[in-house]
Amino acid sequence: MSDIEERVKKIVVEHLGVEEGKIQSDSKFIDDLGADSLDTVELVMAFEEEFGCEIPDDAAEKIVTLKDAVTYLSANSN
Amino acid sequence: MRRVVVTGLGTINPLGNCVDISWDNLINSKSGISKITKFEVDNYPCKIAGSIEDSQINDEIVNLREQRKIDRFITLGLIAANEAIVDSGFIPDDKNSLRSGVMVGSGIGGLDTIYKNSSVLDNQGIRKISPFFIPSSLINLLSGHISIKYNLKGPNSSPVTACATGTHAIGDSFTLIKNNKADLMVCGGAEAAICPLGISGFSAARALCDTFNEEPIRGSRPWDRDRSGFVMGEGAGILVLEELNQAKKRNAKIYGEVKGYGMSGDAFHITKPSEDGNGGYRAMEMALSESQLNPDEIEYINAHGTSTQVGDMIELLAVEKLFGSDNLFMSSNKSAIGHLLGAAGAVEAVFSFKSMQTKTLPPTLNLDNPDTNTNINLIPNESISKSTKNVISNSFGFGGTNASLIFGL
Repeated sequence: MSDIEERVKKIVVEHLGVEEGKIQSDSKFIDDLGADSLDTVELVMAFEEEFGCEIPDDAAEKIVTLKDAVTYLSANSN
Repeated sequence: MRRVVVTGLGTINPLGNCVDISWDNLINSKSGISKITKFEVDNYPCKIAGSIEDSQINDEIVNLREQRKIDRFITLGLIAANEAIVDSGFIPDDKNSLRSGVMVGSGIGGLDTIYKNSSVLDNQGIRKISPFFIPSSLINLLSGHISIKYNLKGPNSSPVTACATGTHAIGDSFTLIKNNKADLMVCGGAEAAICPLGISGFSAARALCDTFNEEPIRGSRPWDRDRSGFVMGEGAGILVLEELNQAKKRNAKIYGEVKGYGMSGDAFHITKPSEDGNGGYRAMEMALSESQLNPDEIEYINAHGTSTQVGDMIELLAVEKLFGSDNLFMSSNKSAIGHLLGAAGAVEAVFSFKSMQTKTLPPTLNLDNPDTNTNINLIPNESISKSTKNVISNSFGFGGTNASLIFGL
């Protein structure tokens, strides 16, 4: 598991209160992990904070799984 | 005519995180007032409050992840609501949930959440504002959360009448059931304003006690000559009100009845009560009229009694005028738990029903030198064993809003 994936997973566990073992890389935050739309806004804010970057709204909308987040942050974080 | 009874009680307050523990502490003359430790109060004129330790909040009822997304007043309200609903034994189903509502208010709501987000906006900018900021601080979101958690689809609202909120919530719920708009209401108030902005705001209005910082438990002293303002408390009180026949049909435990509700406006001043006590007098008179009781049938008054210079004496004046002063008992729970603002009337309603149930009248702590020669027994410092059938509970709020409820067995 990459360092980025590890950090993203930690944020998801913390914010959504799900067990780490239940998170697959293609788990959808809303459909599979019980997040609501406000939770996903907060998740994106936490990713920005952790990775020191700004995620524009159109990009944020496309981050629906753990894998989406890892892919985006690998390409865009400082 | 539809009659309204109480079938469930719940509270969390500075004397305990449930009805039985806090009632036991109250009648044993314990105080819930202590020095504020959650934030630095060195520069504050008032350094004491009736705080609830975080360890008292049962996170099996509201888990920590949930608590992070709601202001503390909502957490406290959900804790008390859970106790009251479980106590009532009411199980909502697809049919009865449509006739079961929620009316829980707050005086100020998510003040600390607003304060914190305001600082974030100023210091870190708009992108750092939490998406949960607004729903975590809005006052009616507590009623919303309770309805969602327990599937209550009837009337859903929240009164906001400063320190009279809890009493108005119960009275308005009583009226809804009486007028056949609901069969059951979860009602009351919650408050969590012991935060920098809350303490500094009430201090600036010269409303808080600032003379007992070194002896916190002596700070709240209604009708005592050394009183210097109220001591703020936090917590929640929730009652389950139910139409009598429904309660009987499901064999619910019945604590007693809501018999009358009165409300009035002073039309006088934003923070001071009208000087002749006329507003409070008219609220009590209206409640008495609805209850169809005579003044001499009221045996105990759970007073608003905040420990402020002006308010205590004005309430006493109104009570003496309406009820006379012989054979009457009156005490203030605020002497032990402080002033819970929008939750005060609701917690005091819970204690009013416990008074009748346990045949015990709670004391007014610190009433060492009464600033009055009234014949009303103000129950100084120690509780009294006394059976009562009809009691009245008063709440008065900033803006000149007054509410009174009559409870009976």
